[in-house]
Amino acid sequence: MTEAVPLISARGISKSFAGVEVLRDVDLDLQKGEIHALLGENGAGKSTFAKILAGVHRPTRGTLALNGQPVEVPNPVAAQKLGITLIHQEPISFPDLSVAENLVLGRSEDGWWSGVPWSEMTREARRYMDLLGVSIDVARPMRGLSIADQQMVEIARALASDSRLIIMDEPTAPLTPREVETLFGIARRLRDEGRTIIFISHRLEEVRALCDRVTIFRDGNKVATDTIGNLTDADIIRLMIGRPLKEYMHKEVANIGEVALEVQGLTLPGVFSDISFAVKRGEIVGLGGLVGAGRTDVARAIFGVAPAESGTIKVHGKPAEIRQPDDAIALGLAFVPEDRAQAGIFRTLSVEQNITAAVPGKIAPGGVIRRAVEKVLAADSVKKLRIRLASVNQPIGELSGGNQQKAILARWLLADPSILILDEPTRGIDIGVKAEFYDMIGELAAQGRAILLISSELPELLALCDRVLVMAEGRLTAEIPRAEATQERVMNAAVPRSQRQVAA
Amino acid sequence: MSATDTTTTAEVGREAAPPRPLWHVILVRPETMTLVLLVLGVIVASQLSPYFLDVSYILRSFTLSAEFAIVALVLTMVIIAGEIDLSPAANMALSACLFAWAQASGVPIPIAVAIGLGAGLLMGALNAFMVIALQLPSIIVTIGTLTLYRGLAQVIAGDKSIRVPEWFIGIDRVLVFGLPVPVVIFIVTAIVLGFVLAGTIFGRQIYQIGTNEIAARHAGIRSRQIKLVLFLLIGAVAATAGMMTASRLGSVRYDLGLGGELQMVLMAMLGGTYIFGGRGTILGTFLAAWLLVVVSTGMTVANLLPAIQLTVLGVLLIVAIIATNFIYSRTQR
Amino acid sequence: MNGLRSILLRRETGIAVMIVLFTLAVTLYKPQFFTANNLRVILLLTPLVMIAAMGQMLVLVARHVDLSMGSMLGLSAMITGMMFRDMPEVPWGLGFVVAIGIGAFLGLINGALVTLFRLPAIIVTLGTLNLYRGLTFIVSNARQVDRQFIPSDLKAMSQSSPIFGIPWIIFMAFAVALLTYWFATHTRVGRQIFALGSNPVAAPLRGIKVTLVTLLVFTIAGALSGLAGIMYASRWGFVNPSNTGFGFEFQVIAAVVIGGVSINGGVGSVLGVMLGVLLMGCVAAALPLLGIPGTAQGAIYGAVILIALLIDRSVRQQGIASLKRVRA
Repeated sequence: MTEAVPLISARGISKSFAGVEVLRDVDLDLQKGEIHALLGENGAGKSTFAKILAGVHRPTRGTLALNGQPVEVPNPVAAQKLGITLIHQEPISFPDLSVAENLVLGRSEDGWWSGVPWSEMTREARRYMDLLGVSIDVARPMRGLSIADQQMVEIARALASDSRLIIMDEPTAPLTPREVETLFGIARRLRDEGRTIIFISHRLEEVRALCDRVTIFRDGNKVATDTIGNLTDADIIRLMIGRPLKEYMHKEVANIGEVALEVQGLTLPGVFSDISFAVKRGEIVGLGGLVGAGRTDVARAIFGVAPAESGTIKVHGKPAEIRQPDDAIALGLAFVPEDRAQAGIFRTLSVEQNITAAVPGKIAPGGVIRRAVEKVLAADSVKKLRIRLASVNQPIGELSGGNQQKAILARWLLADPSILILDEPTRGIDIGVKAEFYDMIGELAAQGRAILLISSELPELLALCDRVLVMAEGRLTAEIPRAEATQERVMNAAVPRSQRQVAA
Repeated sequence: MSATDTTTTAEVGREAAPPRPLWHVILVRPETMTLVLLVLGVIVASQLSPYFLDVSYILRSFTLSAEFAIVALVLTMVIIAGEIDLSPAANMALSACLFAWAQASGVPIPIAVAIGLGAGLLMGALNAFMVIALQLPSIIVTIGTLTLYRGLAQVIAGDKSIRVPEWFIGIDRVLVFGLPVPVVIFIVTAIVLGFVLAGTIFGRQIYQIGTNEIAARHAGIRSRQIKLVLFLLIGAVAATAGMMTASRLGSVRYDLGLGGELQMVLMAMLGGTYIFGGRGTILGTFLAAWLLVVVSTGMTVANLLPAIQLTVLGVLLIVAIIATNFIYSRTQR
Repeated sequence: MNGLRSILLRRETGIAVMIVLFTLAVTLYKPQFFTANNLRVILLLTPLVMIAAMGQMLVLVARHVDLSMGSMLGLSAMITGMMFRDMPEVPWGLGFVVAIGIGAFLGLINGALVTLFRLPAIIVTLGTLNLYRGLTFIVSNARQVDRQFIPSDLKAMSQSSPIFGIPWIIFMAFAVALLTYWFATHTRVGRQIFALGSNPVAAPLRGIKVTLVTLLVFTIAGALSGLAGIMYASRWGFVNPSNTGFGFEFQVIAAVVIGGVSINGGVGSVLGVMLGVLLMGCVAAALPLLGIPGTAQGAIYGAVILIALLIDRSVRQQGIASLKRVRA
């Protein structure tokens, strides 16, 4: 590889979302004709960095240079013109338009009224498909095309606009092994033509098989860039984690009692399969794994939001039929969902109403709301969970993320659940409030509740949980007792690999 | 632990936006706009004609729109729940036609009324089925059923009027406590629904599913059942309104209540119901109904053509949505 | 084999088969249905709806809907008719320019309200449906423009024929359809309409100017409603403030959705819409022969809209289901 002018040089790239810095001073040079892997835990900043290159996000600070010339990438269309294409895991497409049209759409500068050269377009599209060695009928609509084929169309699109940099964001996750092979063959060919490819993946063996160099991100920082051959898997995993445990996390000792929640062979085809585990009273069981491993789907299935197709759920030893959330609530379950804005809060409604939403029977015996009762319940919750607000009557959307989350937790505590499922309860929350949550979770377990804690933050899992379950690609891959749980072990089980002997 | 204890009141401002001042909460809301417009309308109208200071004149005028106003109260709840129903005016026509046709062919009146009501419920159920079970958008579904129901009314009644028996005629001329019966029904319905919407868990959950249906389902709220109840309710209420119209007019034609969907949607919108769901009050729609009556009566008194009134209603609808959206965007940060 | 299969599975084929079956059934029952004269009647029922349907198709493809077409038709027909009445010296051909221009302006207002204030098209056009109808009464002073004022050359377009006894307005309707076909499939902006409706979130990412495209779509729908307005004057020889175009939007929506245009946007073909219009025309022509009163038309339009929704839904679900199979 010639160390000539790099295709892209990023200098001091930083990005903040709502005041939270997710990417910090990243410098990175991408050479022509290399396949470069970006690795890191969820939220480490690799996808944000890729999206900045592709014009989806704009950096808060920092500069980009293309072939040594400084450039601005204000939007995806501009990126396309500069020869940068981002291929999403599930490609963005226009399902009702033909494959050929999807290929050329947005490329031309021609005016509104200029004609669409169908035959030329089709011929060109066919040529790119031949070039890629795939047989896709370019006249058919995108709808119904497999994900692998949609990715091929995106790659063809990148070629059609003569992209020099092609970014693939976890392209292999939805593919079969054979499709992965095809994709790799094409990626290598594109590299040999002198194009640059960024490959984002969690699968170390794939990175090893395909990539020339890797860059590892951690907590928004770039921690290493090296030739893949210089790093062992153990090195990579160490670089990806390696955060010190926060001291304030401690766990109260709870008496662990009988089994409260037991699932057996829970399966939802294509999403997760054969999930079996149990959570006892007073126990905090962690559920770790990478995003997309199916953790949230398991929680949603248990709570009846999107029930599993087969398998059994037992609550306090009795088989339970949970078809929708209120069945689960009646059995004493509670679920704090991952996506607060979408599935948690009623943004424009008062904090009070948000807190009492799951206990209609308490605030309105006989159907008529007792305002006084509601006020007392809400005020108690606010005091107990130290929710900071101006008034319980203000819309919950006006509170900070951490206080919104406390209100959602308060909603469920009013229902006095015996089993709590918490899905990423501390995501997007200030560090100080996080500590409060950790204390609360510990307290709740000490009160004899069974807790299933889904988290992508390894220190959180290790510090809080009595046992850690790990999922990868829809299956449980490990169950690690507290005494043996280390970040390395969890990460090893979370990274999907066919050979599992790699850990050092 | 110490990390939490140091979080003092100084940080409160960062944790949550300061509350809006009380006057802001009370005054900057769509219902205030409706009330101000209503007062203005009365003042302007009384300048146009002294009749306007005569309460009984306004009450009599109100009976002309009372049926729509009653349905608009239920429609308000449907819109708050995040759906819409454009078919109730057609529902009024079809249930009234069925009722009139049944009694004209010799069916005893109570059974004929039951037929009309049953038909209304059935029409609500069809809307509910397509929207809730088949997950089709209510806005398009009810355009289809609006055409269908009106068309069926035309099939049943043809182009002729069906007369209703003499004693059934004139509900609008019967007075209770000095108020025409339709006005009484409207006020009572408004009080009952106002209480249901603001004071019961059912009403509370209507706001919640309209604000965020996914979150509502996660909180164990049975959104499908609630929507079913609302569609059935609006069907039954529309049927009742249809038969009230039959009583007021003395005969039924397929074009009974024609164009009523505009007036109903308009009353809800003018009253500050948010077109995308989750916000609105019965009080707003209640005030808006009176406002509309004052406006249209005022226009009649000023000798404006009915057609101009149509124009004004169309403009009002668009202005009302824009204004409501604007006010909500102001109060939401 | 595959090609034949795909032709058979196409929506257009389905409607064509329905038309043939319907015609056969009615002809067997009432042989006079399938006569040259009756076919001419059917064809004469279609041009107004066909022209407006092309506009409604584009609006639906872009994931909106226009309920105000009947009123736009009425208002542009009225103003054009009044121009003929009050300014007889104006050449009759100018009527087309006026009608189309007014329609386009009204459509532009719809589009502006939808895009600038981000309001749902259905509520906006419910408002303008009434607003434009009211304006029709206002400008006309609630008076009809009578037969004698409509230029005879214009009226002749619905009667005289260049060839095969098929009147001019039918040729015009087909010309509009052809033009729409060219616009929708062979211009970049036409394809952008389909792309926008197919995936509104992704459209701006591919450089599609969503506001402009939306404005254009509503303006075209208005312009075509205006054209249908002057054709109305030609076909019926008068313009009435309350009847002209009243309830027209439902006929148009029914024909368009049965013609395979999806309410979810992105899908629709000119051929399908033409066949949908033709099918509705056949039904309308068959009703009197079958002894069904014309009053049943409204119910039929409503039923057709609902049935089309159901078909659309089952087609969609198939698409989604097949996607799932591939992924699993």
